Amino acid sequence: MISMDRGGPAQPLLLVRELRKFFKVRGGLFEREKRQVRAVDGVSFNVAKGETLGIVGESGCGKSTTARLIARLMSPDSGELIFDGDGVGQFGGMALKDFRRNLQMVFQDSFASLNPRLTMLETVAYGPQVHGVPKAEAWARAEALLARVGLAPEHFGTRYPHELSGGQRQRVNIARALAFEPRLLILDEAVAALDKSVQAQVLNLLQELKAERHLTYVFISHDLHVVHYLADRVMVMYLGQVVEIGPVKQLYEAPRHPYTRALLSAVPSMDPAHRTERSPLSGDPPNPINPPSGCRFRDRCPLAHARCAVEMPLLRETTPGHLAACHLDELP
Amino acid sequence: MNTAVLILPTTPRSRSYWTVVGRHVLRDPVTMLSALVLLLIIAAAVFAPWLAPADPYKASMLRRLLPIGSSGFLLGTDELGRDMISRLMYGGRLSLLMGVLPVLIAFGIGTSVGLVAGYVGGKVNMVIMRTLDVFYAFPSVLLAVAISGALGPGMSNSLIALTLVFVPQVVRVAESVTTQVRKLDYIDAARMSGAGALSIIRVHVLGNVLGPVFVYATGLISVSMILASGLSFLGLGVKPPEAEWGLMLNTLRSAIYLNPWVAALPGAMIFITSMAFNLLADGVRSAMELKR
Repeated sequence: MISMDRGGPAQPLLLVRELRKFFKVRGGLFEREKRQVRAVDGVSFNVAKGETLGIVGESGCGKSTTARLIARLMSPDSGELIFDGDGVGQFGGMALKDFRRNLQMVFQDSFASLNPRLTMLETVAYGPQVHGVPKAEAWARAEALLARVGLAPEHFGTRYPHELSGGQRQRVNIARALAFEPRLLILDEAVAALDKSVQAQVLNLLQELKAERHLTYVFISHDLHVVHYLADRVMVMYLGQVVEIGPVKQLYEAPRHPYTRALLSAVPSMDPAHRTERSPLSGDPPNPINPPSGCRFRDRCPLAHARCAVEMPLLRETTPGHLAACHLDELP
Repeated sequence: MNTAVLILPTTPRSRSYWTVVGRHVLRDPVTMLSALVLLLIIAAAVFAPWLAPADPYKASMLRRLLPIGSSGFLLGTDELGRDMISRLMYGGRLSLLMGVLPVLIAFGIGTSVGLVAGYVGGKVNMVIMRTLDVFYAFPSVLLAVAISGALGPGMSNSLIALTLVFVPQVVRVAESVTTQVRKLDYIDAARMSGAGALSIIRVHVLGNVLGPVFVYATGLISVSMILASGLSFLGLGVKPPEAEWGLMLNTLRSAIYLNPWVAALPGAMIFITSMAFNLLADGVRSAMELKR
């Protein structure tokens, strides 16, 4: 197939550079000023081959928009994607259609992501059929995939979405995403709507599939436990920007950015002796239409000082592979 | 006695969405009754030439305005002495046609336009929807009368007028359903698989839009029948001596003090038929909302 490793293991599978997407807010008829929501504002990161990159952040921080921009379900205002050395949609680069074959997405709402009028086999076989795979072959492939994700095709193949449980539906969504043998899978809150026990099963399935098919995951979640379990590296987003990115162990044990610290201390501890009483963050995130000047986190930051209001901190490598965007990092 | 119940490990047969809806409709007595009444009325109209006891156009001055239950004339006679029951059966043909045909044409046109407006969105949507909003400025009765009056009397002209009245309404429903469906994740998933717009519309959008729009259109049939009858009543639709319920109501108007029961019969037919269509549409609609 076209999913072929080209640049070798050292070359990142996906490079995201200065991705930017502003949404225009419809003002009133007489409103002169055009307002914009800065949903994703200059996001850059790499995804290495075979890794799982977790993206975390509060709701509204631009996680899902970033996912949709990468999947090109939306076109970015600016920024570029480089997939295994080829610029996506660029002259001399990779066509959007080829890119999409290499990248698939699993959505949060398992029900909304399945057409209620199609059986499970029809759903999984649809994609390959669109790409000209003969019907019999597409169906055979769909049956094999359903079996692989743990749904007996003779039992579930002719069923409709409303006859399946949430976990089963999400397995079908995973099967559909795998129908192209993609190299990169974006999991947008893919297990968030599932019960804890079902969640664990689906996570294990994802781990198995990753090893077996040499997949790379971008795993978006607000559940820090799940990210800790699954991810190799973690990226923390706040109001459309990356505030910290680093290896999972390092980021969880020694977070650099005050926001990451606050997020991590807000996680309920499994150990009753370590439960905190105070709430680490107060208030809602500021309105992304009018983000604060300088550092976007300064309104809620316990360590904010004069410089934070003036200058926007840039992502800076603190220890190898670990980047954070905070002025305090410069202090000795 | 052995009272133990043996539970067999059966594999339940997979049921599609419409099978589930069908089951709910079958269990709903009001909807089933409406369907039965409609079936009888349609059968009476279709098989009128074989079922009607008399010639619907044969007039006689001697037997004008006979009351209901007269011998030989079960539902009496009209102001020209024509057999009422035969005229009602023949009248059903035109009335039902005027009820169903405009809605059917409007369903075809309106769904296509609504799908395009809803799926493409943006400026295309705005141009289409704002243009159709012009039609909404007029009440549908007024619009039907105005178009029909401009085109001149006659059956085909009133068909055109009624179709034009219903197209914007169907477009609006089709557009709003399409817009909702379009936002769902399975459309995004289909786009991720690299499918073209036509394939996505055919496989993923159409099947989920047709149902609700069809049910809405079924509800319009009663309106269409009433409007068609109204046009005939005003002399803009079918011309005498043709049998049509609205026209019959008009010509019997003068007899309302002499024989009110006979004069009311065409009106009762219009009422019953449109009620049945409405209740049927309502029943199917609520069955469709049950399981999502």
